[in-house]
Amino acid sequence: MSNRLTCDVVVVGAGMVGAACALYAARSGLRVIVVDRGPVAGGTTGAGEGNLLVSDKEPGPELSLALYSGRLWQDVAAEPGLGEAIEFEPKGGLMVVSDPDGLHALETFAAGQRAEGVEAVPVAADALHGLEPHLADGLGGGMYYPQDCQVMPTLAAAHLIRRSGADLRTGRAVTGVLRGADGRLTGVRTDGGDIHAPAVVNATGTWGGEFAALAGVHLPVLPRRGFVLVTEPLPAGTVRHKVYDADYVANVASDSAALQSSAVVESTAAGPVLIGATRERVGFDRTFSLPAARILAAQATALFPVLGRARAIRSYLGFRPYLPDHLPVIGPDARLPGLYHACGHEGAGIGLSLGTGQLIAQSLTGTTPDLDLAPFRPDRFPAEEVPR
Amino acid sequence: MGGTEQHTLVVIGAGPAGIAAALAAADAGVRVTIVDSAPQAGGQFYRRPAAGLGARRPQALHHAWGTWESLNARLQAHIAADRIRHLTDHHVWFVERLETAFTVHALVGPEQTDPDTVTADAVVLATGGYEKVLPFPGWTLPGVVTAGGAQAMLKGGLVLPGRTVVVAGTGPLLMPVAAGLAAAGATIAAYIESADPKSLVRHASTLARNPAKLAEGAQYGAALARHGVPVRMRHTVVRAHGTARLEAVTVAALDAEGRIRPGTGRRIACDTLAVGHGMLPHTDLAETLGCALDGVRVAVDAEQRTDVPGIWAAGEATGIGGAVLSLAEGEIAGHSVAAQLQGTDPDPRGWSAAAKTRSRLRAFFAAIDTVYAPPAHWPESVTDETVLCRCEEVTAGEIREAVEGLGAGDLRTVKLLTRAGMGWCQGRICAPGVAGVAGCPADTARRPFARPVPLGVLAGPADTEPNRHH
Repeated sequence: MSNRLTCDVVVVGAGMVGAACALYAARSGLRVIVVDRGPVAGGTTGAGEGNLLVSDKEPGPELSLALYSGRLWQDVAAEPGLGEAIEFEPKGGLMVVSDPDGLHALETFAAGQRAEGVEAVPVAADALHGLEPHLADGLGGGMYYPQDCQVMPTLAAAHLIRRSGADLRTGRAVTGVLRGADGRLTGVRTDGGDIHAPAVVNATGTWGGEFAALAGVHLPVLPRRGFVLVTEPLPAGTVRHKVYDADYVANVASDSAALQSSAVVESTAAGPVLIGATRERVGFDRTFSLPAARILAAQATALFPVLGRARAIRSYLGFRPYLPDHLPVIGPDARLPGLYHACGHEGAGIGLSLGTGQLIAQSLTGTTPDLDLAPFRPDRFPAEEVPR
Repeated sequence: MGGTEQHTLVVIGAGPAGIAAALAAADAGVRVTIVDSAPQAGGQFYRRPAAGLGARRPQALHHAWGTWESLNARLQAHIAADRIRHLTDHHVWFVERLETAFTVHALVGPEQTDPDTVTADAVVLATGGYEKVLPFPGWTLPGVVTAGGAQAMLKGGLVLPGRTVVVAGTGPLLMPVAAGLAAAGATIAAYIESADPKSLVRHASTLARNPAKLAEGAQYGAALARHGVPVRMRHTVVRAHGTARLEAVTVAALDAEGRIRPGTGRRIACDTLAVGHGMLPHTDLAETLGCALDGVRVAVDAEQRTDVPGIWAAGEATGIGGAVLSLAEGEIAGHSVAAQLQGTDPDPRGWSAAAKTRSRLRAFFAAIDTVYAPPAHWPESVTDETVLCRCEEVTAGEIREAVEGLGAGDLRTVKLLTRAGMGWCQGRICAPGVAGVAGCPADTARRPFARPVPLGVLAGPADTEPNRHH
């Protein structure tokens, strides 16, 4: 095997965002190498639920990206064989409130979303059971979001990388970057040899800050831990949509480090029901937390009493790549020519991945991006004092 | 905690290691609760028929019955004196680490739907081991059972799994299984061992220090000869045949590299295949507690302490080695727990005999492990159509596609891409087979719940202890 590898763009990170970057870069005619120190989807992608949500986003750049991505997901799912392979399900989301007072706030929230193109259909309390027969009695009503979808994230990343035709190099850790005489990035150094390319995409998710530091730029990506509970396979129709408590939106936007949780309950193509989503900032601590699991179970059974008898067979955790303003970084880094970033999508990376990949491909080829990248600028965070 | 000031120990598992630990700690004045999933003490090794079956001579099925009788007498005396409490039919799903104590969470009731908890100052994990079975075409046919499963049917239910049995696989466990089945009246059509026990001679000095183990092996060997059992070393089962259930197996000889010798296949009619490829330690509770592992087993020090303060481990969980080793490890753990809880210096002289037994038997089983290994190239015989993960019905072909076509290189990614190991058993049965076919290491999977737990139990208030002990 030759150690000299050359391509047009090297994507660092074989998660969902890296897969999307590889797909659209390759479709723009670029030769792509994807490199990852682990396997495909070995980081946050493999620990996610596969949410493609517009419903939890308030009007702003993230919602625009979610809507843009959502259209690309529809296109990808329509490609022969692909929708089934990645378990794409346009199942719709149902946000519920516990009392009728909450409905008013939810309606105000939805009105803002509708102005951006979100479909949001009010659901009266007495109509909830028509959508979800097993929901608890006495809930205040809700909002139905038909654009919310789901995929199996690991399958999606693996199949999109394969579909891209990119050269996938797993089990190869990037140990440094290569620079030309003018300081420009010219590739990456890995423990399996150098990869030369005029463009390098940082799609390393929660580890995006580490990779940026290797390249000598500041990017404050932090992990925000989440647990997911998985039940035994349940009869089809037990849970029909992505169902969640309206508190979820407040938790997503919160800056608190403490444990927060609001149940997101959904079935999967294979039968088990997934219950997310806790959020806490505890670094990369992989210790299982019984309190977190207890809260998830309590919230899920409050929404769906029928789940009380269902058994949890496992639980997994992941680390959302979190940036201080809850927006990802997407696009070229003005501080270091040749470096592009596509990371920091927090808990929405699967949903936002395709739009991100397309915008990166447009940046790489010098095309005007479909969305304004200003809110996602990589250099928007003031540099920290680096302790010596 | 209850009103008592006395220190409490919970022992999880009532097999040889757990009972020995409980006895040693209780002898020293520690209040002990044994939590075990079975209806009676003894574990897999001393498994006995349910009382209702009216077995008159359960010892006929057991080696070392006298040891069990004396252990059980001591256990019953402690239970009668209220120094040991034995919670039967308790299925532990989680051990929670509190600031200075532990809460052991169990499920009880006929369908394991009700919660029960026990709090303790210290915990001994004596969770035992489970059988490893590697896949081959036809291994999912009814009539194919695990070697240990066949033995459990015999010991616990006094029933034979079938009339004409092939015993196959690798490891010393196969011998007592075959001998027991033959003694109970089954015809053993063949005894198929993939290893060559002759290579044990390389470990002659280790063997010489274990005359009892050698005598045990010779005894089983003589029993097989007496029943006229055809024994084939360096052979393996290539395929199990049958439509609705097992009708025959094809066995073949292995070459020095562990590949099947072409043209040596031979069909043997049978209604049962008892197959096993050794044992694996149960480590779920230890892993979730954060205990360090040494390979696939729980790592312990000379006093059987794990690296998590307050947690000890003994028996098969710390490495497969049978009942006598488990008894020695349990005894040492019990002494160590008592010393630590009572604030005295542990005195290794108190367990020097057990320590000697432990080092002798660990050396013996290390030697055994180098000899009894599945044939190196076993995955090559697994056809693409063979179902590897029964819970999720994932075939070998799908596993290979995930590796070759989608870039999986480790067990976790294989699981995520194929669902192999995601079902009810959480890969406990299929993980070694899936890893072998995928060509990746069978690293231990973290399973936060040692068994499935109803969400209603999980959601229940943490301080509800309907049947609180101590």
